[in-house]
Amino acid sequence: MIPRHARAIALSLLPVISLPAGAAPSGWRQLNLPVGVTSISRDAYDLHMLAIYVCILIGIAVFGAMIYAMINFRKSKGAVADRTLTHSTKAEVIWTAIPAFILIFLAWQTVPALIHIEDTRDSDMTIRITGYQWKWHYEYMGEGVSFYSALGERSNTARQRNAALRPAEVDHYLLEVDEVLVLPVGAKIRYLISANDVIHAWWVPELGIKRDAIPGFINEGWFRIDQPGTYRGQCAELCGKDHGFMPIVVEALPPEEFAAWLAARRPAAQAALASSQP
Amino acid sequence: MTTTTHQKYYVPHDSAWPIVGALALLLIGYGAATWISQLDQPEARRGPVILAAGALLLVVTLFGWFGKVIDESQRGLYSDQLDRSFRQCMSWFIFSEVMFFLAFFGALFYARVVAVPWLDGAGNNEMTAEILWPQFEAAWPLLKTPGGTETQAMPWSGLPLWNTLILLASSVTLQVAHVAIERGNRARLKLFLAITVLLGATFLFLQGYEYMHAYRDLGLRLDSGVYGNTFYLLTGFHGLHVTIGALILLVVLLRIVIKDHFTAERHFGFQAAAWYWHFVDVVWLNLFIFVYVL
Amino acid sequence: MSDTTHHGPPTGIRRWLFTTNHKDIGTLYLVFSLVMLFVGGAMAMIIRLELFQPGLQFVNPEFFNQMTTLHALVMVFGMIMPAFAGFANWMVPLMIGAPDMALPRLNNFSFWILPFAALMLVSTLFMPGGGPASGWTLYPPLVLQTGDAFPFVIFSVHLLGISSILAAINIIVTIMNMRTPDMPLLKMPLFVWTWLITAYLLILVMPVLAGAVTMLFTDQFFGTSFFQAAGGGDPVLFQHIFWFFGHPEVYIIILPSFGIISQIIPTFSRKPLFGHDSMVYATASIAFLSCIVWAHHMFTVGMPLAGQLYFMLSTMLIAIPTGVKIFNWTATMWRGSLSFETPMLFAIAFLFLFTFGGFSGVMMALTPADIQYHDSYFIVAHFHYVLVPGAMFAAIAGVYYWLPKWTGHMYDERLGKIHFWLSAISVNLTFFPQHFVGLAGMPRRIPDYALQFADLNAFMSIGGFLFGLSQLLFLWGVVRCMRGIGDKATDRVWEGAQGLEWEVPSPAPYHTFDTPPVVK
Ligand code: HEA
Ligand code: HEA
Ligand code: CUA
Ligand SMILES: [Cu+2]
Repeated sequence: MIPRHARAIALSLLPVISLPAGAAPSGWRQLNLPVGVTSISRDAYDLHMLAIYVCILIGIAVFGAMIYAMINFRKSKGAVADRTLTHSTKAEVIWTAIPAFILIFLAWQTVPALIHIEDTRDSDMTIRITGYQWKWHYEYMGEGVSFYSALGERSNTARQRNAALRPAEVDHYLLEVDEVLVLPVGAKIRYLISANDVIHAWWVPELGIKRDAIPGFINEGWFRIDQPGTYRGQCAELCGKDHGFMPIVVEALPPEEFAAWLAARRPAAQAALASSQP
Repeated sequence: MTTTTHQKYYVPHDSAWPIVGALALLLIGYGAATWISQLDQPEARRGPVILAAGALLLVVTLFGWFGKVIDESQRGLYSDQLDRSFRQCMSWFIFSEVMFFLAFFGALFYARVVAVPWLDGAGNNEMTAEILWPQFEAAWPLLKTPGGTETQAMPWSGLPLWNTLILLASSVTLQVAHVAIERGNRARLKLFLAITVLLGATFLFLQGYEYMHAYRDLGLRLDSGVYGNTFYLLTGFHGLHVTIGALILLVVLLRIVIKDHFTAERHFGFQAAAWYWHFVDVVWLNLFIFVYVL
Repeated sequence: MSDTTHHGPPTGIRRWLFTTNHKDIGTLYLVFSLVMLFVGGAMAMIIRLELFQPGLQFVNPEFFNQMTTLHALVMVFGMIMPAFAGFANWMVPLMIGAPDMALPRLNNFSFWILPFAALMLVSTLFMPGGGPASGWTLYPPLVLQTGDAFPFVIFSVHLLGISSILAAINIIVTIMNMRTPDMPLLKMPLFVWTWLITAYLLILVMPVLAGAVTMLFTDQFFGTSFFQAAGGGDPVLFQHIFWFFGHPEVYIIILPSFGIISQIIPTFSRKPLFGHDSMVYATASIAFLSCIVWAHHMFTVGMPLAGQLYFMLSTMLIAIPTGVKIFNWTATMWRGSLSFETPMLFAIAFLFLFTFGGFSGVMMALTPADIQYHDSYFIVAHFHYVLVPGAMFAAIAGVYYWLPKWTGHMYDERLGKIHFWLSAISVNLTFFPQHFVGLAGMPRRIPDYALQFADLNAFMSIGGFLFGLSQLLFLWGVVRCMRGIGDKATDRVWEGAQGLEWEVPSPAPYHTFDTPPVVK
């Protein structure tokens, strides 16, 4: 996790530079990395903002010097070249050392977050994600519940060339699926991810998760969702012609609601449902 | 600065060989691709024809181009500086070949040290083994792939060891030939160069025999998993280089025997061929250690 | 006529097909590169056209992916690398006082392989199953789903590689062996230095790419399983090998740009380059580091933690020597006497926008953040900033800078300035918003996108069209000079120009430096 003080530095810089950053989830915020609803996504966000501020500060210094030179040392202003200024060990040491220190600072902020991401111990539940051309398969390990999740019907119609339905008429165009992945809030969820044909990548920005699904290997990772809600993402590794059309929708429910949902999806419940129908 | 006495650097006239050679490469690539991409279709028959035309054109180019270079050299147009250019070019060319082999050695190390153990659950891949490949056990040589293909390992004793000795011996005989050319001992030069070529041919023959043995008796095939893949690609590309190297040495030998080319002082053509041969030899040593022994 | 006497250019088409003259071959490379700019640019225009609006209007997803793939391959291997090879051919012998390249016939061979390979590559678009659609990174297993085009793609990569390797060897040997006797290595102009180091990188990594695609080839046709788990291989192995080539490749592109900028800024600052030697050392450090950081393109593949840490930290290091370069250029302008002709304008735009692209590079080096950025338009923004206003602007700057020396005629300064301002503005309109759509969650390599990205994509497309149209001005300006329109150029051309290339007449005679010149 990012040390608190780094977040504090980032936050204190916030009002100075990115004025509307705190505003409602419209406008600027929609054009920035989402803060998200997991510690991983918040770490990524904090690092991202920190890096932006560092870059802005360096940028002010470097671009400032360039602009100063361009304005003040113009031939048309009568500037005469100082042809002796060709070397300065002191200056060169300084501008090697300062970036080095900045980078050490950045690295020091980053390493803990990275270690945090990789720690899959003590999970509460495990889901298995498998990428197919072009849909996802989800399995709740040990629960007997599994299903495919593909692009929603309306999006699929509207995305065709010369379709009658226009993209603008579809809610969450390209970001809706036929079956959503339902997950509980507050649980440490371990995911096992793989693919069946080519490489895909499972990306939900607000969860801060992007992981490649590699055929023949299983990658694992984890996240813990803090807030109920619907989070949308897309496949993030080119996987063929419909790579742009295999979205991910995660619905995070409070634990009890999730338990109820899961119970209803168990094979026994499904079988009962089927037999009760004529 | 010292201004050394300057010899004129020979800048050749325009020449058709480069573009013809480039065309030959295009035909080779295009023909081979046509052939292999449409194996099961009748059009594919065009492929080998184009390929053969390209190969023929390449041979013609090589003869024409190098013939011209030899001719210019014989006429004394080349300065010491140009000789250095040749030497440096050849060295860097060999370096680039080393990097080409390194790609395959890299694949070998990766498969052996990373991929195969991971498939059996090493590192952060516990679940890979548990869920996807429960039957699989990592080992090197990989005698049973995760997919279940089985094979046998190629032992290093026997033929490979003999082949190693043959190649090493050929490097020695080539060195003897080299000393001979520098001392002006033409008879010994011819003898030892011929022995070198013969040793190369013997190596290739035994290598071919070994492949047959691998296919027939060991079930070690190009498609028997990453052990067979690295084995055949490394030894195969090496064999290709031995073939090329032996052909170059043969041409050098013929030039010496028929045309009496090369002198004790100027014999870059011979030397380039020798470098190439030693390089192929060193590749083999690495191969022998990493593909066969370890 | 004996072989060693002076001879002018032969006439007609033979001159161009059979030439052994470094200036002719340089011209061939540059013209080829300009053609490929428009081929690759046209593909970019198709991409931008399809992305102009949500929904699919013009092309199918398959074709879109082929455009993305070929756009990148054409731009990288057909446009920008040959452009710099052209500069090297023209300028390296002139700058070091050599009569020609070390092996002139080999030089022509390296060139002619290129158009043939490019032809084969682009012709795959018309084959059954279409061209390659796996992105320029050619990752398996997806690339193995390519249709008939597959072996053609592999072999054209081989040919491109052979061409680059031979050209690189020639350049190294020319530099090491053909310098005028009183030019020690550290007195070489920076352009020559950067190319020397680039050439070493080329022979180091191009063969590795050849090996990688060879393994793809055998996986496809001979049943090997280098990249298949069932046979004990790993798809990620390809990514390691590819990026072992691919990351140095991006520095192969940017180092010669650095070289050109290092020639232009001193000229128009009327001051020698600041910290010449440390520039050389910085270039060498960048080249070295570039070989050990490749897996920063693979932070999401599930590398062990130690690997991620190593690749993150080593990647960040590259900012230091690159910073040295930026600061030295700024210091070169410091207390100079600056004037802003078109080459200088492009060089300054390079300075700003490359640095900007470098910043996003350092952000992406931070692994936890890169997990969010990876394969989003944020990456597309990063690399277009370093490639377009980076490398391509450097090439354009170099063309304006040396065009008078090549053709003997000045380009039209007013046209050049208009070209500059249109390009500099529209390049930002095109690529700046890509950062935002990327951060907001738009993946790369998609033909269609969710509605919240619509406004910015329309905006970027318009920027892209404007940028594309602006390049027609460039074409026009270059063609004018080539056809001999424009003021006669003086030998020195630029008031502040230093170096051997400015000692010879403009246009440079067909043969220069038959005897080594004396360096003042
Ligand atoms: C010319 C080409 C070029 C250049 C020069 C660079 C330069 C850099 N690149 Fe970039 N890169 C690409 C071309 C290039 N890149 C391409 C094509 C891709 C995508 C490939 C694909 O997937 O298709 C890519 C992708 C890419 C990734 C992978 C992202 C992903 O897919 O997830 C990363 C990650 O680390 C990265 C990092 C860097 C860094 C750290 C630099 C550094 O060299 C930048 C250094 C420069 C500066 C930092 C600015 C100047 C310095 C200072 C002013 C000093 C002070 C600064 C600090 C202390 C910060 N690049
Ligand atoms: C040197 C390299 C280089 C250069 C110069 C460019 C130049 C441009 N690139 Fe490219 N690009 C890459 C290298 C480069 N790119 C790479 C490596 C990728 C990654 C591919 C992958 O994911 O595998 C990529 C991917 C890429 C994408 C992402 C595609 C995707 O993810 O699906 C986009 C999208 O906007 C894009 C746009 C552009 C544009 C608008 C230009 C413009 O600068 C082009 C301007 C030039 C012209 C337009 C030509 C001149 C004008 C005419 C032809 C006249 C006609 C004009 C009109 C009709 C208006 N590029
Ligand atoms: Cu699945 Cu992209
Ligand atoms: Cu990189």
